[in-house]
Amino acid sequence: MTATPTPIPTAGQTVGPFFHFALTYDGDSELVPRGAPGSVRLHGTVTDGAGEPVPDALLELWQADESGAVVQRAGSLGRDGWTFTGFGRSATDAEGRYSFTTLVPGEAAPFFAIAVFARGLTHRLFTRAYLPGASDALLERLDPARRATLLAAADADGLVFDVRLQGDGETVFLDFGDE
Amino acid sequence: MADGMTTERDPATGLERQPVIDEEIRETSHKYDVAGFEELQPRRDYPPYRSSLLRHPTKDLQQVDPEGIELWAPVFGRRDVGELESDLTIQRGGEPIGARIVVTGRVVDGEGRPVRHQLVEVWQANAGGRYIHQRDQHPSPLDPHFTGMGRCLTDAEGRYRFTTIKPGPYPWRNHHNAWRPAHIHFSVFGTDFTQRLVTQMYFPGDPLFALDPIYQSIVDPRARERLVATYDHDLTQHQWATGYRWDIVLTGTHRTPLESDFEEDQS
Ligand SMILES: [Fe+2]
Repeated sequence: MTATPTPIPTAGQTVGPFFHFALTYDGDSELVPRGAPGSVRLHGTVTDGAGEPVPDALLELWQADESGAVVQRAGSLGRDGWTFTGFGRSATDAEGRYSFTTLVPGEAAPFFAIAVFARGLTHRLFTRAYLPGASDALLERLDPARRATLLAAADADGLVFDVRLQGDGETVFLDFGDE
Repeated sequence: MADGMTTERDPATGLERQPVIDEEIRETSHKYDVAGFEELQPRRDYPPYRSSLLRHPTKDLQQVDPEGIELWAPVFGRRDVGELESDLTIQRGGEPIGARIVVTGRVVDGEGRPVRHQLVEVWQANAGGRYIHQRDQHPSPLDPHFTGMGRCLTDAEGRYRFTTIKPGPYPWRNHHNAWRPAHIHFSVFGTDFTQRLVTQMYFPGDPLFALDPIYQSIVDPRARERLVATYDHDLTQHQWATGYRWDIVLTGTHRTPLESDFEEDQS
C-alpha cells in the first residue's frame, strides 16, 4: 500500500431555515408507534441565549434498543411499524418543542445520543440525554449544575430533555476529539 | 448618531448595509491570519452571521471519548431510498426550468476509506433561487416541476451522484441586500455517529463568496474553498448536462474497524 496523505475533513455549514421539506419525513420522530408496548416520549424545548424558543432546529436521536444493543437495521426513513432502527429526527415547532416516541435504551447504554442542527448554528452540536439517575465517568467529571443539563427528567409523558444553546443552564455539548 | 444610522443602515429596510458586514468579516479574517492557528470548521460564534449570536454555546465543548451508540451510525437501505430519488429533474412529471447538472463525488472517512452504502441527502433552491419551503418569501416563482430534494446511498467506493438543476442565488435578511451564493445543502452520515455532517456545496467562481457571512463563517480560506465543487468536463454529458465533482471527507472513525468493513475491498 502506498502512503496517501491524510485527507482533511470537510467543513460543516448551517442547516439553514429551509431544511424541513428535505430532512423531515412521515414517521421521522416515531421510532416506535405511539402507544406501542414500552414506548416512551422523549421531548423538550430548544432555547437560545435570550431564553427564546428556537423554532427552526432539528434534533437527531440515535440510541440502543431495550436490551442496550446497538441496532444495525435499515428502515429509519421507510418505517414499517415493526422494526426498531434506533434513529429518528424531530424538527422543533413554533414553540421550539421537539418530541420523539421511542423505547428506553437498556441498562448497558444509559444515554440517548443527540445531534442538534439549527438555523444560526454554523456546525452541528452533539450532546447526550442520560436516563434519570444515570451515572458514568463523564457525568462525574462535571460540576452538578452542568451535569444536570445532560440528565433527562421523568414527567407524566415520559422523559423531558431541554436543549439550551447558550446562557443560563447552557447544555453541555461534546467534542469527541474531532472539533 | 443620526448620520451613523443612515450610513450603517438602509433607511427603507432598517437593516445594516453590506459594508458593515464586510468590515466585520475582514477584521475576523485578519485576526485569524495573525493568530496562525488552523481552524478547519466554521466558527459557531460568528457575529457577521447575525443569527449565530444567540445560538452558539459560550462554554467550551466537553471533551469525551465516544462510547457505545456513538461509535456506530444508523444503517439505511433500499427500503429507505428509492433509485430515482437521486434525480431531482424527474420528480414532478415534467422538466424543471434551469441548467441541468450532474453532481458527483466520494464520501470518505478521515483515513480516506470510502463510506459505503450510506445515506446522502441534498436540498436546494430552484433555478430562480426559490425554495419550496412555505416560509421562503423570496418573490421568485416556484417551479411546478422541481421540489429541490434528493437522496441516494453511496456505492461500494463511497460514490454519490445526483442529477439536478443549478440553483440560483437567493436573498435573505441577515443585512440589507444580503444574497447567498448558489449552493446545495448536503447531509451525510459516516460509520460513526461522531462523523455526522451537514454542510453546503458551492459552485466555482461565485461573486458572492466574499460577501456571504455563512460561507465566511469558515474563517480558514482553504477550508472554505474545499466546499467549492470543481467543474469537470469529463462528467459533462454531450447535449445533456454539465458536471461538477465534489468529494466529502468526514472525521476519523473512533471504532476499531471490523473485518467486515473491508470485505468489499477484494471485490
Ligand atoms: Fe440554502
